This record gives sequence, structure tokens and C-alpha cells, in this order.
Amino acid sequence: MELVLSLGIGVLAAAGIWLILRPRTFQVVLGLSLLGYAVNLFIFAMGRITVGAPPVLGVGPGMVSVDDPVPQALVLTAVVISFALTALFLVVLLAARGETGCDHVDGREPHEAEPDAGNPLP
Amino acid sequence: MTGPVSNFDVTSVWTDHVVVLPVVLPIAVAGAMFLIDERRRALKAGLSLATMLVLMAASLVLVSWAGEAPRVYRLGNWAAPYGIVLVADRLSAMMLALASVLGLGALVFSFARWGRAGPRFHGLFLLLLMGVNGAFLTGDLFNLFVFFEVMLAASYGLVLHGSGEERIRAGLGYIAVNLVASLFFLIGVSLIYGTMGTLNMADLARRIAVPPGGDLGLFEIGCAILGLAFLIKCSAWPLGFWLPTTYSAASAPAAAILAILSKVGVYVVVRLSLLVFGEGLSLQFGRSTILAAGLATIAFGTIGLVAARDLTRAAGYAVMVSSGTVLAVLGTGNGAALSGALYYLVGSTLAAGTLFLLAEVLQRGRDPARTAEPVFADEYRDPFDDADATEIGVAIPAVLATLGVGFLLCTLVLVGIPPLPGFVGKLAIFMGLAAGPLAAAGWWLIAALTLSSLGTLMPLVRLGIQTLWVRQDAPPATLARSEFAALAGLLAACLALALWGGPALAYADATVDWLVRPQAYIRAVLGPVEGSAP
Repeated sequence: MELVLSLGIGVLAAAGIWLILRPRTFQVVLGLSLLGYAVNLFIFAMGRITVGAPPVLGVGPGMVSVDDPVPQALVLTAVVISFALTALFLVVLLAARGETGCDHVDGREPHEAEPDAGNPLP
Repeated sequence: MTGPVSNFDVTSVWTDHVVVLPVVLPIAVAGAMFLIDERRRALKAGLSLATMLVLMAASLVLVSWAGEAPRVYRLGNWAAPYGIVLVADRLSAMMLALASVLGLGALVFSFARWGRAGPRFHGLFLLLLMGVNGAFLTGDLFNLFVFFEVMLAASYGLVLHGSGEERIRAGLGYIAVNLVASLFFLIGVSLIYGTMGTLNMADLARRIAVPPGGDLGLFEIGCAILGLAFLIKCSAWPLGFWLPTTYSAASAPAAAILAILSKVGVYVVVRLSLLVFGEGLSLQFGRSTILAAGLATIAFGTIGLVAARDLTRAAGYAVMVSSGTVLAVLGTGNGAALSGALYYLVGSTLAAGTLFLLAEVLQRGRDPARTAEPVFADEYRDPFDDADATEIGVAIPAVLATLGVGFLLCTLVLVGIPPLPGFVGKLAIFMGLAAGPLAAAGWWLIAALTLSSLGTLMPLVRLGIQTLWVRQDAPPATLARSEFAALAGLLAACLALALWGGPALAYADATVDWLVRPQAYIRAVLGPVEGSAP
């Protein structure tokens, strides 16, 4: 399980970092979401991975291993916040698209890279 | 409850709750604000003004109380490591007072024009203050994260307030950078929890003092990643390229209140590095990095100032220089210098915030792009409909002279020329550094601060001559009454800081004296008995 979890976190984080470094705003949004998933899984992992352990509410005399509720509370908070902020970011993205007429993160196309793409320099 | 807060009688049952007031009041009023129709401007303005006045009174009360003993507020009266605590000690109370004074100034300034430039200004403004106040008060990292996010979410709205292409473009980068910073925050917090098993700051400081069972290296990695999040927030080099662009694009009152936002990052770095790394196993962890980052920030901010071509951008770089100064002084580990730096922090933040407001008044009408059309027309109610144009035109006698004096005072504070607080703060830093063992770092810092004074003076004087003395084709500057009141109030606060410099510096000294003894903080929050380890 540890291998699967760490591989999952690693792949998500790598894909997220790649995407937030891309020039299009939509790619940045996707990258931020993927990074957020990676971080949420990471927080879970920091609460130690256990199988079949009950949540803390079920502690009885016979139970020695319980699940730590604090990372779960943290994840819940983080999920809600990142969801709201992703929605906000999408609104800003649309506003930027409408206002600047392009979806580049700088709000304008880099003209230096254009000549070979058939776009003559101004 | 035991500890320094135990001497409460029945009458103090209510006064006790003043600690939670700076968090509860703004969020309650902000909630109500979203229910009130956008057209009832007078009601909204009155409500937020009353809220800000109460907040200022509360923060001043907390400042006076903090002199005796720190107030620890346990929500629901749950004991500290398990429940949520708010701690109002000297540093928190000082930052609260700074936030409320600057907030009041920015709010009053917005009454004339900017409060109407878009929807939900007052609600967002109060939410931002709630987040800032909560971040200053909270005693654990989990709630620090929540308050941080509230503050950032409100700031995203405020940066975009007034709309227009420039703001949206700057806001896009600002939001992306801060979302990544929040992810760093989460990684850091979860690493700290995974290794130390607690998120309460006092508990953390106690556990680091005794050999922990966890992995110390992993804990330090967590702290470093957490610190990265705050260094992005206080725009330390090389993490702060977003700041001048964003702040100069934001509307004036928003930029003024955003100046306190970067100080939240500085506050957390000061608090955590003195509390958790003041003693114990990870002694002075990251201190040299903070020193280097601070020095580089001072240098970068000064160079940016020299290159700045308009006043708002210059004010943004001035915010960076002020943050960098406090970070660098913290990095030297010199207590006397740090108290000077805290004093300097208050004065320079006030001055930078005022400069944002002044710059807007001076550049008004010369840059039509700053009040562009909105994107969401349905949300938008007549930004600067000229129905109230007469109010803007009301002339304070010799407007330009008034603005000139204000600009001069701001410059004097930011550069550090006597007799204003910038000079007193820098002098206190220099004297503190000179009194201590003067290592190479101290010399570097003195050189950097001296050069940055010069590098601040030149561009500000140049920009001042350009905007105030050169004959312009643009219409003459006008100043509404509320704008005048805001500017005069903020500058009066700067002057008061200089006039009562003795008590203020003594307060800063006592603050540092309190901060460098983490055991006192731990005792105040967790109680005097060594709690049974969970």
C-alpha cells in the first residue's frame, strides 16, 4: 500500500508541477488541482497508514490501534478551501480570457516564439 | 484555569471575551454585509466604520492589557493542546493595533470613491481583517492555516476590486502564486504534525525542548517548507516578484490594506522562529537563511525602488524593503536590534500604506486605464457615476500643498530621516547591532540599510518632483473630505509613533524580551504544570 500511495502522490505532484509551469491558464488550473490532490493524499499519509483501524470515536478497552482524526480534519478543510479557490480561479481565468482576448498567463502571446509558427512579427 | 490569567473575578467574565472580538465581530458584520443591498451605501459604510472603530478600541485595550500579562482565550474552555486557543500577547496586540489603524485609514479613504467601484467591497474588507486578526491571535498552526486562507480569499476579491484588465492580469498571477504557497503551507503543517504529533505552537515549542520521539530531520524539513509559504507571503527575495505588480495594480484602499498582509508573513516568521527555534534541539534553525533572504530582499526592493517609474510601484517596493529589514534583523539574532525592527515595522507599514493612498490621489485623472469597464455587468452598479461628483470636487484649501506635506512625511518615514519613526527605528536597529557582538552579518546589515535609505530617498524625491512640482496638463488634484481625513489620520498615527517614541520603543523592548523566553509563552498557554504527554 505504501508503494501505491507514494507512487500516486509522486505522479500527481509531478504532473501538477509540470502543468502549473505551462503557459495556458487552463493548464495552470488543472495543475493546481492535481497538486492539491497530491498534497491531500500526503496529509493522509502523514497521519500514518493503517488498515482496518477504527476512528477514534470507537476506542474500547480491546483496541490498541486507532486512526488519527487530525489529518482527516486537515484534509477536509483543505479540500473545501481548495475547491472554493479553484472555482474562484476559474472565474478570474474567464475574466482574463474575456478582457485580454487570450488564455496566456501573461495576458498576451509571447511574440518572440511566433516566427516559425507562421505568425509574422508585428 | 491556572497560570497568569487566573486572577479573574466575576466582572472580568465579559472583558475576557475582548480577545475573541477582533475575529468574531468582523466576520459577523461581513456576513450581514452580504445580505444588505448593494445600493444602501450609507448603511454599509456606517456599519463598517463602526466595526472598525470597535476593532481599534479592542486592539488598544489588548495592547494595554498585554503589558501586564498575555491573555489566553480558550474556546469552549477546552484545555490547550486539544482545544483551540487565541493568545493575545504583546506582539499579537501590537500587530492587531497596526492592522486596525491601517484598516480604518483605508476604509475611510474608500468612502469617497473606491468603495463604490465594485460590489461587496465592505464585506470583503471586513473578511480580510478577520483573517488578519485571526492569524495574529491564533495559537495553533491549523487555525493559522484557516485564517490565512480566509485572509487570502478576501484579498483575491480585493485585488480584483474595481476590475479592469491590469487588475485581472495581476490578480491571476497573485492567486496562482498564493495557491501554491497554501499548498506549501499544508505540506509543512502535515509534516510537522506527522513528526511532532501536535499543531499547537506552545505544545510544539515544549516538545522540541525535550528530545522528541519523532524524526528531527523530517520536522526541520516541514518547518522549512512551512517557512517557504510565509516567505512567499512576505515577499522575501526570490519569492516576491508578484508583490509590486499586484499591489500597484490593486485599487488604492485595497493596496493600503494589502500592505498589512505581507506583514502577516513577517509576523509568523518572527513568532515561530523565536518560539520553536529559540531554544531546544533545533536551536536557531534557518536563521542564516532568513538573514540572507532579508538582505537580498532589502537589495532587491531598493533596486526596484530606484527603477520604479510611478508612485504605486515605488510603494510596493517600499513594502518589500520594510519586510526585508525585519527579516534580516531577525536573522542576526540580536534582541535589541529586533525591538528596533518591530518599531520600524509599525512605522514603515503605516507610511507605505499611506503612500499607496497618496499615490492614487496624485495620479488620479492622469491614467484613465485605471478605472476600466467591468467584465460582469450584472454584478456591477455604477462605479463612479457622476451623481456624487460634487463630493469629490469639494476642495480642501490648497490641496496640492496638503498632498505635498503628506508625501514629504511618508518619504521621511520610509527613508528614515529624523524626527519621524523611520529614523528612530533604524537608529534603534543600528544601536542594537552595534551594542551586540558585531559579526560580519551586522556590518552587512548596517551597510544594506544605509544604502537602502539612500536608494529610497532618491526615487521618492524624483517621483515627488515629477508629480507635485512639474506642470501637468491633467486636471488639478482634488481631495474628498473622507480622503483627507484618512490621510491625515494615518500620518498623525506616524507622528504619534514618533512623539511617543519612548513608550513605543519600551513596548517593543518588552515584546522582544517576552518573545525570547519561549518558556513563559508555553507556561501561559499550557499551564505551569508539565502536562502529561498524550
